[in-house]
Amino acid sequence: MEPVTWGGAQSQCIPVHPNALCAPPFPPHVEVAAPPGGVASRWRLRHTTWLAHDTSNMAAPRAGLAHRLLQGLSRWFYDAEAALDWAQRLRRVRLHRMNATHVYLRDIYGPNVAAAALTLSLGGSVRFEGQEQWLRPQGRWQPQLLQLRSAPVRGLDLSACPITYSGLESLASLPRLALLDLSACPHVDDWALARLHALGPSLRALSLSRCPRVTERGLATLHHFRELRYLDVSGLAVPNPGLLRILLEEMLPGCHIVGMELESPPSPAGTT
Amino acid sequence: MQRALGCPRGAPQTHHPLPRPPSELGLSLRRLGQTLQDQLSALGPGTGSWVPPGATRDPRPPEEADVVVVGGGVVGWSVAYWLKALEARRHGMRVLVVERDPTYSQASTVLSAGGIRQQFSLPENIRMSRFSASFLRNINEHLGVLNEPPVDIQFQPSGYLFLASPQDADGLEATVKVQREEGVQVMLLSPTQLKEKFPWIDTEDVAVASYGLEDEGWFDPWTLLTALRRKAMSLGVLSCAGEVRAEDMMPPQGPDLLSARIKRVHVYMQDSLEYQPVTCAIVVNAAGAWAGELLEAAGLPEALCQPPLPIKPRKRYVFSWHCHDGPGLSCPFLIDTTGAYFRREGIGGNYLGGMSPPEEEEPDPSDLSVDHNYFQEQVWPRLARRVPAFSSLRPGSSWAGYYDHNSFDRNGVVGPHPRLPNLFVAAGFSGHGLQHGPAAGRAVAELVLKGQYETLDLSRLGWRRLVQGEPLMEALHEEQEAQHKVFGKGLLGVVTALGKS
Repeated sequence: MEPVTWGGAQSQCIPVHPNALCAPPFPPHVEVAAPPGGVASRWRLRHTTWLAHDTSNMAAPRAGLAHRLLQGLSRWFYDAEAALDWAQRLRRVRLHRMNATHVYLRDIYGPNVAAAALTLSLGGSVRFEGQEQWLRPQGRWQPQLLQLRSAPVRGLDLSACPITYSGLESLASLPRLALLDLSACPHVDDWALARLHALGPSLRALSLSRCPRVTERGLATLHHFRELRYLDVSGLAVPNPGLLRILLEEMLPGCHIVGMELESPPSPAGTT
Repeated sequence: MQRALGCPRGAPQTHHPLPRPPSELGLSLRRLGQTLQDQLSALGPGTGSWVPPGATRDPRPPEEADVVVVGGGVVGWSVAYWLKALEARRHGMRVLVVERDPTYSQASTVLSAGGIRQQFSLPENIRMSRFSASFLRNINEHLGVLNEPPVDIQFQPSGYLFLASPQDADGLEATVKVQREEGVQVMLLSPTQLKEKFPWIDTEDVAVASYGLEDEGWFDPWTLLTALRRKAMSLGVLSCAGEVRAEDMMPPQGPDLLSARIKRVHVYMQDSLEYQPVTCAIVVNAAGAWAGELLEAAGLPEALCQPPLPIKPRKRYVFSWHCHDGPGLSCPFLIDTTGAYFRREGIGGNYLGGMSPPEEEEPDPSDLSVDHNYFQEQVWPRLARRVPAFSSLRPGSSWAGYYDHNSFDRNGVVGPHPRLPNLFVAAGFSGHGLQHGPAAGRAVAELVLKGQYETLDLSRLGWRRLVQGEPLMEALHEEQEAQHKVFGKGLLGVVTALGKS
């Protein structure tokens, strides 16, 4: 079993795609390495520093004084309200177009290449089987992608990318995906999580940390992932993190769950 | 009132030629302030003829409207919303929604268990549910209002699980084939796979199970209703609290009934004998459980009432309970071979469920009182047999709501009246009104605005099947009446076992 690494060997941040709709946090530097001696029976974690990021303000980078002024004016003037409405609609149309399936690539080169192309266009990174390095987005089309048509995609790093429910359609058909990083994705919500059930037989590591729209209701759909060994659910807005962690551990035996620590030490046995 | 005007009753004001001394000035200023205060506080409902713009004080509906939607539940507001969303010109038509009970104390929408599923056997039902699911998924695109907080219906995507006994297995597999053709993600499970996936199920008497994987689950119906209301009202829909009891129309000219149309609708105000006649072009009957009663009580001539709309209210109970080691987070909306169903509620070990009774044991629908013996004797034993952890549970609250039950074939009736060209109906969904609401609303709006169905073709669900007597049955229903009778001896055994423990 090959070790699954994410974030690459060196600690470097992923270059931001100009179309990303939010200020991206730095990627988590987590190396999930197999213990020496061959077949891994337990995963060993090494966390390096996380950079705390304020996820409450997911507005566009250009939400400066002008936007706030327009927002205030829209309470008083119908014209401003209509302008903001149109702006929101245009943003939505652009988001939808960015997440459209690459049908041509999928039909000619297969679902792996199509999924990789979509990921790179959204600003994420891809790792194919047999490749040491992660393929990073470079702002332009990378022709070497077409030569990798026979290799399945093993890892996808979509942290802080504007992937939506319709974009995940391309990913759900990947047969050998082992690692999926969806941390801090602003448009991934409970409906989108329900779409990932097809990855159940192969997925081994999943990160949903700091996704603002994921709640405990979406986490209840993770029972499809029987092979999951690493789940990161830190930074989620859930009402009862301690209880939810216990329920998740019960639902996914054999999976190491990061995040949702109990705030206070557990009460000693014998007291109810 | 006269005193507040600052003028003592009957005393004329005389003008003094000299300026007033300062103490009187202070006194008159105080009186002026008091007058203003009284005038402003007197701007309550119904008083005064001038109201600030944007604030409706008069509870009566307008005297004319283009479309009158009778019923302010999820179907009614959905029709109103889609009429406004699809109209060609902004503020091009005046839509009025008339709701009899603004507290929604008996409305089926808010008392529903809130489930949505695509596992039906009729393609129209499947397509309506798929449309509604995509509507709910993109609810903020459709119903988001600028400068208001986003809508969160708290959708739980846990899926529906239908269990089939050996005699129903073929039927279930056939319906799954239809569902897959429509594009529904559904999985068939054998008893061993079922046990492996959900170890808390007792798979005795289960031959096969179908499990919905995507876009199935449950949500909060009240949030959906208020979001539809808010958006529709921001688009200019008018609403009023009143009851539509009779519809007046011109008497037909001679034997030709083709020219019959509804001219106006009488809206009776609450707690009053007063009614407002509203001249209208189109009437949409979205009265839910009382859709049949509306047309019966109408002052329509006998010939136009054939066939009668067979939609009557049927009472259904929902019970909630707490079980401390029940099914965990993966618990779907489970529908048993016997027709009993339950689902998880929250993460604290609470569940809610119920069962549809057989035809001969229908409870009396005159009020919404709950029969707790029904849970003890009928629902609990069946669920405890299927989920052994439920043998020990603590019953919680319970409530009752109405199904808008279509006794003809238990499917919705959507479309225009066969004889009245301007009466449309969207009711009779028999327990699926909430999940089919957005789709039915869109279909009726397209009929009204464009004259034909465009997104969803629901022509098979129209009145024609009632006229021709051809029922369109739905195989996968919560009401599986055949199962109730098989259960006799086993039930007795379980009940005595529970009685001993």
